[in-house]
Amino acid sequence: MHQILSRETIGPDVCRYVVEAPEIARRRKPGQFVIVRICEGGERIPLTIADADPQAGTITLIVQTVGKSTLQMSRMGPGDLLADVAGPLGRPTHIGNFGTVVCVAGGIGAAPLFPIVQALHLAGSRIVTLLCARNADLLIMEEDLKAVSDELIVMTDDGSRGIRGLSTDGIRMLVDRGLAIDHVFAIGPPVMMKFVCKLTGELGIPTTVSLNPIMIDGTGMCGGCRVTVGDATKFACVDGPEFDGLQVDFDELIRRLGAYKDREKEALEHFRSDCRLGQ
Amino acid sequence: MDAKERLAIPPQPMPEQSPHERIGNQREVPQGYGPEAAMKEACRCVRCKRPFCTEGCPVGIDIPGFLEAVEKGDFALGIRIIKRRNVLPAVCGRVCPQEAQCQLGCTVGKFHHDPTKSVGIGKIERFLADWERATGKVEMPTKAAPTGRKIAVVGSGPAGLTVAGDMIVLGHSVTVFEALHKPGGVLVYGIPEFRLPKEIVSREAENLKALGVEFRLSTVVGRTYPMEEVLEDFDAVFIGSGAGLPKFMGVPGENLLGVFSANEYLTRANLMRAFDFPANDTPIFRGRKVITVGGGNVAMDCARTALRMGAGRSLIVYRRSETELPARIEEVHHAKEEGVEFHLLQAPLELIGDERGWVSGMKIEKMGLGEPDSSGRRRPIPIKGSEFVEETDSVLVAIGNSPNPLIPSSYPAVETNRWGGIVANEATGQTSVRGVFAGGDIVLGAATVILAMGQGRIAARAMHAYLLTGRWDDLEQAVSAQGGMQ
Ligand SMILES: Cc1cc2nc3c(=O)[nH]c(=O)nc-3n(C[C@H](O)[C@H](O)[C@H](O)COP(=O)(O)OP(=O)(O)OC[C@H]3O[C@@H](n4cnc5c(N)ncnc54)[C@H](O)[C@@H]3O)c2cc1C
Ligand code: SF4
Ligand code: FES
Repeated sequence: MHQILSRETIGPDVCRYVVEAPEIARRRKPGQFVIVRICEGGERIPLTIADADPQAGTITLIVQTVGKSTLQMSRMGPGDLLADVAGPLGRPTHIGNFGTVVCVAGGIGAAPLFPIVQALHLAGSRIVTLLCARNADLLIMEEDLKAVSDELIVMTDDGSRGIRGLSTDGIRMLVDRGLAIDHVFAIGPPVMMKFVCKLTGELGIPTTVSLNPIMIDGTGMCGGCRVTVGDATKFACVDGPEFDGLQVDFDELIRRLGAYKDREKEALEHFRSDCRLGQ
Repeated sequence: MDAKERLAIPPQPMPEQSPHERIGNQREVPQGYGPEAAMKEACRCVRCKRPFCTEGCPVGIDIPGFLEAVEKGDFALGIRIIKRRNVLPAVCGRVCPQEAQCQLGCTVGKFHHDPTKSVGIGKIERFLADWERATGKVEMPTKAAPTGRKIAVVGSGPAGLTVAGDMIVLGHSVTVFEALHKPGGVLVYGIPEFRLPKEIVSREAENLKALGVEFRLSTVVGRTYPMEEVLEDFDAVFIGSGAGLPKFMGVPGENLLGVFSANEYLTRANLMRAFDFPANDTPIFRGRKVITVGGGNVAMDCARTALRMGAGRSLIVYRRSETELPARIEEVHHAKEEGVEFHLLQAPLELIGDERGWVSGMKIEKMGLGEPDSSGRRRPIPIKGSEFVEETDSVLVAIGNSPNPLIPSSYPAVETNRWGGIVANEATGQTSVRGVFAGGDIVLGAATVILAMGQGRIAARAMHAYLLTGRWDDLEQAVSAQGGMQ
């Protein structure tokens, strides 16, 4: 059992939780995630560790409400208990001084990206962060990212804040500006990562992405999280979640993510009606 | 009763749910013997001077001994005899391949020229274990005085549970680390409820807890807790991390939607109880025409689970013939009764997808049988020009599992073989690292519950000798010197 110490709403349907997990806080590295089971009968859902405080023995999780489990979690608060938190899982990000790095955060992707930016920054990389979202309301973690970036550029699809345009427009703009980019880290919706990688592939810039396929165990046992990278099938939970973005088959990833859509909707409906009954 | 009278007693049938009824529920298929049937079945044993059954049992249970006790109605003695050698009789009575072990050489089966007429050893073993549980007369072993030594067990499958049970009784302090949220390994995530009720497995874990074993669930050694730290904090470690890495076929189309590893499908159904969705949150894809590839217990479990998830048709595609099916005979029999269709001597070549990326068909090639290969089984040979397409909406890949790579990859100090299994001394379970033992599927590759248990026993005994004597290089001698303990 892991206690939730605090919950704060940081965007529409996005909450930041601080959770008691001393062993994970002590050992986690950027890029790693946990598998959370909210309650008995709950699913096992992967959540990136957005931050950790080894002294306090806590980890930070940032969660967007997308389905039954995340909706249920959004109704929990300080003092409530999560049934299981297993981790840290996945391979840590390879961190170093990569020269000039552009970090692209799409929507909720800012959460998993934050610890990576933080570590790259500490390792001496020069960082330009593109914080992108559909509109101003959906921008999260701006202050956190700003503190660890040399430059932070806000972009929205509809122009409601910052520069109007997509993340790919942002990368082009930086290139036009004459920025010599050594590496790109992109985390966000799979479609965004796909187009970022298409562009950086053309520009010949090495690109790392973090993938979020459907997972169950998170320990390499089920193969449900398999993704195609180059010619090989990889298990995102143990071989990833980070991969060479230029090699990833994003179309397959996007298809596989939709596998249980109808069922997920059913679970959500069921939960909502249960809650109504309970009121 | 003389031998002739004994040989005249027919095998006692075990009541079962009818095939029609059981594919609509998750309840266990065979319902177990009552006391009379168990006693009568036990009477069929002719008490051989040289009991081939015991010779065929991987852990050497005194089978005629417990059968005699049952015949006399002394069930408490019967279960005590079994438990001297086997700590999980309720599990083994249900899932051991008896027809290839104790019941294979049984004199009674030989006499009738029909191995299915051997004494129903497994059924009686199950009866005794269930009797013990139901009457609440579970005899807890007495613990030796505390030794002050601490051991860690990685993985809570049958191998790990056996080591935990043996070591706690010997007076050591025992902590079991398990990556998943429930203890039991394959017994909870793989083998379905209708074959092994999960209640039995959790009861075994509860008994160990009552003896003082500490379980640390959702704890992944090598990630949450690095092996190096485990070794600092404990006096010895047993690795029983199993063969949890699913093999895929390597044919085109394997990543289409609707294609699942057996592990994923069964984990959703069993560990996450997706059969009771949406009361449980984890979904499972309910295919209408499901093809399972493979011929072992895992494949039978998949094909039969698919029926219970509402499939109209459930097919098994296997590249060898019926005689080579590695599954327990009972599983094949039950699968057939339930309507699973066996497509033998067929091998998948490719999976075909529809425009939405879902699997819609399997291209299959027919096989003939050639000369025996290294495994002694006749080698399947493709028949040219025999390809055809079988329509399907989901494919379950049940062609085997490899040793779990998590420990070897995060702890390279421990020596592995070329299949990725941990190398361990057969007589002691010792690995290449001092103080570290291993056993079960992580050493054997995907094997059986009883072999995992047997290796756990051997390792526990050696670990005990190691903790008492500190000897490592000649530990085998130290173990024999210890003697006595089983
Ligand atoms: C579907 C299916 C049906 C089967 N049917 C039969 C049958 O009818 N009869 C039979 O005899 N055998 C059967 N088997 C095989 C049998 O279940 C196995 O041989 C046996 O369970 C192996 O036991 P084990 O203790 O070595 O490992 P497992 O049971 O695999 O347990 C290993 C445990 O270790 C945990 N683990 C792994 N890595 C770590 C880590 N780093 N840290 C912490 N924990 C970790 C895993 O989560 C798992 O719980 C079947 C197997 C399957 C998959
Ligand atoms: S081999 Fe068969 S008949 Fe002989 S002792 Fe064993 S169970 Fe009895
Ligand atoms: S989540 Fe099961 S193998 Fe990755």
